[in-house]
Amino acid sequence: MRISFTLNGRRVEVDVPPGRRLLDLLREDLGLTGTKEGCGEGECGACTVLVNGRPRLSCLTAAIQVDGKEVLTIEGLRENGELHPLQRAFVEAAGVQCGFCTPGFIMAAYALLKENPDPTPQEVKDWLSGNLCRCTGYQQIVEAVLLAAKYMRDG
Amino acid sequence: MKKTGPVEIVKPKDLQEAIALVRKGGMPLAGGTDVFVRIRKGFWDPPFLVYIGELPELRGIEFREDGAEVGAAVTHAELLRSKLPQKLPIFRLVLEKLGAPAIREMGTIGGNVANASPAGDTLIPLYLLEARVNTVGPEGERSLPIEEFILGPGKTALKPGEIIRSFWIPFPGGEPEAYFHKVGRRRALYIAVLSLGALVWLDGEVIQDARLALGAVAPTVIRARGVEEELRGRRLVREDLEPLCDKLAATTRPITDVRGPDWYRREATGRLLLGLLRLRRDTA
Ligand SMILES: Cc1cc2nc3c(=O)[nH]c(=O)nc-3n(C[C@H](O)[C@H](O)[C@H](O)COP(=O)(O)OP(=O)(O)OC[C@H]3O[C@@H](n4cnc5c(N)ncnc54)[C@H](O)[C@@H]3O)c2cc1C
Ligand code: FES
Ligand code: FES
Repeated sequence: MRISFTLNGRRVEVDVPPGRRLLDLLREDLGLTGTKEGCGEGECGACTVLVNGRPRLSCLTAAIQVDGKEVLTIEGLRENGELHPLQRAFVEAAGVQCGFCTPGFIMAAYALLKENPDPTPQEVKDWLSGNLCRCTGYQQIVEAVLLAAKYMRDG
Repeated sequence: MKKTGPVEIVKPKDLQEAIALVRKGGMPLAGGTDVFVRIRKGFWDPPFLVYIGELPELRGIEFREDGAEVGAAVTHAELLRSKLPQKLPIFRLVLEKLGAPAIREMGTIGGNVANASPAGDTLIPLYLLEARVNTVGPEGERSLPIEEFILGPGKTALKPGEIIRSFWIPFPGGEPEAYFHKVGRRRALYIAVLSLGALVWLDGEVIQDARLALGAVAPTVIRARGVEEELRGRRLVREDLEPLCDKLAATTRPITDVRGPDWYRREATGRLLLGLLRLRRDTA
């Protein structure tokens, strides 16, 4: 089946089986390996991407479900070769250790900050409850998101 | 969605074609948060999926004087963003605790109800508000009360080829207080071990009327009508509620499963009733 969608601001058209997982479409067919597969069952959030600006798990999304939509992955966050404030804050606040969970956390956090530019620590925790990290113990991740929020508010 | 290769998915051009495809044995696919997980785990092996998640007839929320009609393919996140939680705060309480944000963006109310899980969270407000399920199929449309639609774990009154089109959610009279408490294994994520939702009509501290729905303590979500009746005329104070805890526990018919032994659920269910004390305005 031919599907077309916007991927990180660029229009793409691909010929894929309609049931191909968005995760495989991104990683294997389109070579965007920033999006990670953890559990493959909706439990870890490592595969989070944005579809029409909202978070979705690419391991539980079929190609046909993004036909005609806008998809944003971690690769689409950089602007003019510069790290996105969220990426910068994750590095500075030590929100990254092995880094496997990081793209998922950043994409989920990106969706949060768009809706709520000044979240409380509790709101950040609640929002990220679907993302698992085996390394950091979460505190640094929450701090990273709050720091990014500050960067983004300050412009 | 199996590692071995993608499952076949067909996107019907309209509702009629969707019904014909489901009649032929296709399994409806809305958000996929249950379908894809179960196919992957090998629990389900449908011949093909019929993607109904974007059919206009199943989308949208329509508000009327006496209630709201909610399309089956409306997602949990869309419900939260709509005016519905303002009108019916019980939906806010329940939906904010359903999964995590991405699951709420993907999962639909129709998928949650069609699953007929005793722990299906949206069933709690639907039982409390005595919603109706509007179906459409090869023989036309039907409308059933939610309690007649859900038959048992994973079992509904849907006939071959029928799908859920929408839900009719009547607004209750007066301004009941809303309560929801869900006990789960991991915060915010996944299935209730047990849950209690309630609507309570108060006059000062006296309970005028009450509706209680319990999740995950019986083969279906259940209303505790005996306890509801006994609550009428009581005050919302500990001494008045405590004698009813055992009665609430006795309404349960838990099934021991991986999510917790049934003695635990029965005892814990009774104590849940005391949570209603939080509805007292002076202690809020
Ligand atoms: C990580 C995770 C966390 C979760 N947390 C919760 C939770 O806290 N509470 C909770 O209740 N559930 C939870 N779920 C379960 C699931 O997300 C919900 O049940 C969701 O509402 C299902 O909707 P869906 O659109 O994704 O359904 P789908 O997976 O698309 O479909 C589910 C079933 O319903 C059928 N179906 C779908 N739409 C229709 C229709 N219109 N007519 C007839 N049949 C239909 C399908 O054929 C299938 O049998 C969770 C799931 C995951 C993976
Ligand atoms: S890989 Fe998608 S949620 Fe874990
Ligand atoms: S940094 Fe390793 S899993 Fe989160």
